[in-house]
Amino acid sequence: MRRVRQWQPALRDSAQWAQIACYRARMHATVVVFPGSNADAEMIHTLRDVVQVRTEVAWHRDAELPAGTDLVAIPGGFSYGDYLRCGAIAKVSPIVAAIRRHVDRGGAVLGVCNGFQILTEAGLLPGALTRNLHLRFECRDIFVKPVSEGPFTSGLPRVLRLPIAHAEGRYQAAPDVLASLEKDGLVALRYCDSAGAITEDANPNGSLSSIAGIYGGPKKNVLGLMPHPERMSEPLVGYSDGRAIFDAIVRSMARSSRPAAQLSAAS
Amino acid sequence: MTEARAAAVSFPGDPHVDATLARTHKLSPDEYARAVSVLGRTPTYAELGVLSVMWSEHCSYKSSRVHLSRLPTKGPRVIQGPGENAGVVDIGDNFAVVFKMESHNHPSYIEPYQGAATGVGGILRDVFTMGARPIACLDALRFGRPDHPKTPSLLRGVVAGIGGYGNSIGIPTVGGDLFFDPAYDGNILVNAMAVGVVHKDRIFYGRASGVGNPVIYVGARTGRDGIHGATMASDEFSADGPSQRPTVQVGDPFMEKLLLEACLEIFSEDLLVGVQDMGAAGLTSSSVEMAGRSGSGLDLDLDLIPRRAKRLTPYEMLLSESQERMLMVAKPGNEQRVFEICKKWELDVAIVGHVTTTGRWVIRATPGYDPLDPHPIPRAPVVVCDLPVPLLHDDAPKYDRPRKDDPTRAQRLAFDPSTIAEPASYSDELLATLASPNIGSRQWVYRQYDHIVRGGTAIRPGGDAAVVRAILPTDGRIDGVGLGRMAEKGSVEKLLAVAADGQGRYCELDPVEGAKQIVAEVCRNVVCTGGLPVGLTDCLNFGSPERAEIMDQFSKAIDGMAEACKALSVPIVSGNVSLYNETDGRAILPTPMLGCVGLVEHRNHVTQAAFRAADLTIVLLGPSTGGPLGGSEYVVRKTGKIQGPLPRIDLELERRLQSLLLDLLRDPTHPVKSAHDVSEGGLSVALAECCIVGPEAVGAVVNLPGDEAPAAALFGEQPSRVILSVDPQRANDVLERASAVGVSALVLGKTGTSRLTILRNGAPLVDIDLSAAKKARDNCLAPIVGT
Repeated sequence: MRRVRQWQPALRDSAQWAQIACYRARMHATVVVFPGSNADAEMIHTLRDVVQVRTEVAWHRDAELPAGTDLVAIPGGFSYGDYLRCGAIAKVSPIVAAIRRHVDRGGAVLGVCNGFQILTEAGLLPGALTRNLHLRFECRDIFVKPVSEGPFTSGLPRVLRLPIAHAEGRYQAAPDVLASLEKDGLVALRYCDSAGAITEDANPNGSLSSIAGIYGGPKKNVLGLMPHPERMSEPLVGYSDGRAIFDAIVRSMARSSRPAAQLSAAS
Repeated sequence: MTEARAAAVSFPGDPHVDATLARTHKLSPDEYARAVSVLGRTPTYAELGVLSVMWSEHCSYKSSRVHLSRLPTKGPRVIQGPGENAGVVDIGDNFAVVFKMESHNHPSYIEPYQGAATGVGGILRDVFTMGARPIACLDALRFGRPDHPKTPSLLRGVVAGIGGYGNSIGIPTVGGDLFFDPAYDGNILVNAMAVGVVHKDRIFYGRASGVGNPVIYVGARTGRDGIHGATMASDEFSADGPSQRPTVQVGDPFMEKLLLEACLEIFSEDLLVGVQDMGAAGLTSSSVEMAGRSGSGLDLDLDLIPRRAKRLTPYEMLLSESQERMLMVAKPGNEQRVFEICKKWELDVAIVGHVTTTGRWVIRATPGYDPLDPHPIPRAPVVVCDLPVPLLHDDAPKYDRPRKDDPTRAQRLAFDPSTIAEPASYSDELLATLASPNIGSRQWVYRQYDHIVRGGTAIRPGGDAAVVRAILPTDGRIDGVGLGRMAEKGSVEKLLAVAADGQGRYCELDPVEGAKQIVAEVCRNVVCTGGLPVGLTDCLNFGSPERAEIMDQFSKAIDGMAEACKALSVPIVSGNVSLYNETDGRAILPTPMLGCVGLVEHRNHVTQAAFRAADLTIVLLGPSTGGPLGGSEYVVRKTGKIQGPLPRIDLELERRLQSLLLDLLRDPTHPVKSAHDVSEGGLSVALAECCIVGPEAVGAVVNLPGDEAPAAALFGEQPSRVILSVDPQRANDVLERASAVGVSALVLGKTGTSRLTILRNGAPLVDIDLSAAKKARDNCLAPIVGT
């Protein structure tokens, strides 16, 4: 009775399925932990136990990501307490320099909540996340709608139910920045209602243009996202919509990766 | 080891100590005389401060200890009962659950944000001090009447403080209890509960043993905040209450997160003999309790304490309640590793003393020495306190205070609710009840709490209990390093149902009966979600113990709790007492709060409160009548007074009901699709909640048979009742199983439509639109805090 809707990837092609399964077994995710990260447990659990990819942890003072990292996930939390400004101190930590190099190489980065805030502070994504319009911390389910194709959003359902839990999630950017985001198709997800209509009522924090997540990086390889897909990826918690985003990453990376034989020859 | 004994000396600038100064420290003349006689001399100023906090009601439980011993605290699953930082109960697979509830009432009234925040921080430390990783917080709150001018700012501040702390440190706040009554106008209640999990071989205790073992201070530096907080919490308020603001501590959740992770890493490497957090009465109570539990002594040098304020005196350092500090006793040779882990987490750490066998608590400090000076003077510590540990711990004062039944109680019980004029429309009456701040939705509150952090919240706030999943590495390493490496080790999944509940109105009318019903209800809440109650924690909030009627309430509430715990076979494993909740002689309602932890055996047993589909059969388990209405929300709404005869609970029936319900929810064929307890507001409110608390509203048509007056049938709060929605094919099976164990079960109707329709012997009584009901319920706090 608790399972109202469970997302299933549409896999029409068994060869494609085999390629994805094969890639999933090789894929290597790294979760970056800052002293005040607090959504690291669910990010690690979702990647390792639900999506079932090899998952390692990197510490904020590490100068390098673990060798072979394909996907970097920056979890939610309060990186260094965030008494100054969310992510403002995290951006100068050694691991962020390593993440920057990973991005330049075209490596995938997912920043969720505080992870999104760190990415904007570090300049890896444009704009800023400011205090919610209603000024309160808010934790509840919302709906988002993918509005652009890309490695994290291709093949997603039309509307996803995801939870938010933040006090500073109101996306803001200068008019020219917003215009170029829109023009380049870098707005990844917008808040919407359960039917997919993008309305002010469905915007939980006053974000500009209902923006819930944006793309960045040379190949749309960076995604910053306020809602928490890693907290809604298994039937136990009622809904599994978040799983779709992780599966989309695996799918797109599998497509762009070299065949296994080549990879092992290269390494 | 023998230690040279030097007489304790006063510090330069200390005030002269005598019986008058002792009185301003809330020590009675008898207590002061006893101290002088045991010591054979006048205590130093620092010693007086120490005696004052250790003998305060808050630390010594001097008025409550004689009664608390009547509570059942043992059971086959109990690993640690009351007396430690928190209770510990076995949950199988070598893991245990650690939990406790504690009050932070007085500080929260003075400074709501920091008072509530540090209440959360303190209870979390109590739990992780035992070696456990906290996985859930709950908060039971009481405020004054909704239209009292202070209620909005107090409610906003407390909720923001709880969220501000819990959200940052990253422990989900998943439940609690909230109630408004004029009796709390001048004394709000903020009771915080934390639940953690630990491997059975890695439980840590607050012990200081092993002669010569180093005592290590870890965490935030000591400042002047919170000095005499414990003494303040043991006093009544008067109109000048808020001037005590300097006694309230200030919390830093980021520091606590570092402390939590550092502690769990230290615990995982088995470096310690014992550990204790510095809570109420700070360094003093933590060190005294550690020595007291192990029958040892301690020798501490205050010159070595990390500090953030200049010119701290021994008196101030001993009584400071600066937050986010821990005291550890390391196994010999492990100091260096403890230091390394603390440095990794960027925490201050210092060896500040060692364990002795003298049974004495010896404190040294150098007059005029301050490490924060650019050029500190050379250290030459003198003894500033030299007290026998038992005097501060086991031999602290203990009173059996006089008790007297409240003579006005009989008169209040005699009120006849049938004299209340019948409402013009029961539909409107139900909508108005749903819109009451005491009945409606708590979403304004719990949406400000991160209730899903850590990703394991299977039932969120707003149901009967919350259910939280913990994934535990089989090797028991629950620190960040262990969790990060879990894939190599294998893991087990544990699901815990947690709930907190209190009912001051019933206790005001009949403390024995009221206390029984709270225990029964909090356990029933847990059972409704599929959990087997394995342990309880309590926080007992009452007025001044120096008044005989209050002591009588307290004693009777203990009796009621004890009886219910025995009947339901659930022990109380930890708790806290908060007395002196009075302002200008007016006491709060007697308010025992109970927290319950249940074990859900399997994911498939997790059950929600809401109806989830149409055409399910609605079954009421338990008594079919709702009255008498005494003490109910209905009577209070209609008469403005807490009065009338209470419904009485049959604990034997309650035991059978809970056992039946758990069997039904554990049935692998899932005959039961939802379960919801009937509580405040009665059957009609519970039915409305079943219809509207799910993701989509599902209506119902029910018929109430019998000849009970409509008001009692709809709004009576008769205990031991649960509403089920049942697979229609299986309804008969459910009825038969209920009848086989002597629990009455009644088919009320079925789910469906977009309305809640309640018929009375076939005639319409209530018919409400669910979107209107949901709106009324969701906005119930709007009159207080806006939208």
